[in-house]
Amino acid sequence: MPTPPSDLHLQDKRWETIDRVMRRHDFRQDALIETLHAAQDAFGYLDADTLRHIAARLKTPPSKVYGVVTFYNHFKTKPKGEHTLVVCTGTACHVKGNDRVLAWMEEHYQLKPGDTTTDNRISLLEVRCVGACALAPVVIADGSIIAKKSLAESTAMIREWLNDAA
Amino acid sequence: MTPIPPHPPETAQTLNLTINGRQVSAQAGETILEAARANDIFIPTLCFLEGLSAQGSCRLCMVEIAGSAKLHPACVTRIQEGMEVTTETERLRDYRRNIIELLFSERNHVCAVCVASGHCELQDLASELGVDHISFPCRYPTLAVDASHRRFVLDHNRCILCTRCVRVCAEIEGAHTWDVKNRGIRSLIMADFDAPWGDSETCTGCGKCVHVCPTGALFEKGLAVAEMRKQRPALPTLVANRATEQR
Repeated sequence: MPTPPSDLHLQDKRWETIDRVMRRHDFRQDALIETLHAAQDAFGYLDADTLRHIAARLKTPPSKVYGVVTFYNHFKTKPKGEHTLVVCTGTACHVKGNDRVLAWMEEHYQLKPGDTTTDNRISLLEVRCVGACALAPVVIADGSIIAKKSLAESTAMIREWLNDAA
Repeated sequence: MTPIPPHPPETAQTLNLTINGRQVSAQAGETILEAARANDIFIPTLCFLEGLSAQGSCRLCMVEIAGSAKLHPACVTRIQEGMEVTTETERLRDYRRNIIELLFSERNHVCAVCVASGHCELQDLASELGVDHISFPCRYPTLAVDASHRRFVLDHNRCILCTRCVRVCAEIEGAHTWDVKNRGIRSLIMADFDAPWGDSETCTGCGKCVHVCPTGALFEKGLAVAEMRKQRPALPTLVANRATEQR
């Protein structure tokens, strides 16, 4: 996994891709988000070394980089599991009971939002509004939407999906 | 002999407006808050601090402008000729009280055991606005206290996320040690890559953040209840002095 010290270009081609993005933007500070995208595409997530490297190259304060990374749901600081379950907790979905889906996931799979199972199989993510409030409550299992379902229905579908995803 | 430049300079245009029915004049480009303060008209603020960029996030400085149904934040709204501003109405007081109550309910603001009690802007505003109880259920979140710094402490329990510390560190000290991590209800002030304050590589230990903090979220070590007196640095003077030195 990412370890970027001195001879990073020799170690891993992926660092070159990230550096290329920064160079294309002349190492300007406003290249931050684009660089983070490139880094996450390359490594799957953004670890401390990656962030340190990007902050230094773009001459951007570490706290600013970390603030941006934790603000956007898209950026991950931990590796993701093979499969991802996204639970929307926007206002509409919350009102329609997605908090109970999260409680159910914790009870049955010991997963809290942002966590990944120890076997690295499933990640549970929480997003605040996917912009499909008419479909509330929305749960997204590996990109396919489970919408407008009661708690019993959606948990049954999640169970089914998890078994299929094995 | 050089001609004496016209005073005031031609670019500075004076505008007339009324605040609470009083005729006042101020320079074009000034905000309602600046115009009001220059005329000793009080508008409550929390996130605003003279010398730092205004961000209009606390919403306490909301005022009414004749002809507009919505409220406007005084710290970021520029004055216009003929503007009629009202800073005190029952509606505004209600909203302001609500904001203060929500701030109190969001974290653990226990004045009785707080280092900043008696010298706290949140507490002052609460008493000013007559907030004697909190009508919302309190969240009582479990939050950490970071005492890893040699001289200072960050207590998230008292933080209202005004980001004065973030701005003073980035804009005045130039270190940008602080920023906000996460978003919404989970937002927290943090240093560098979420490092303990004491391990921060960028912090210069200047203490400006401590003294601009309106509450007891940032304080000096070794102080007991009500002993943290904040000395607001005179930021505009500080910046002006620096500019002269550089010249």
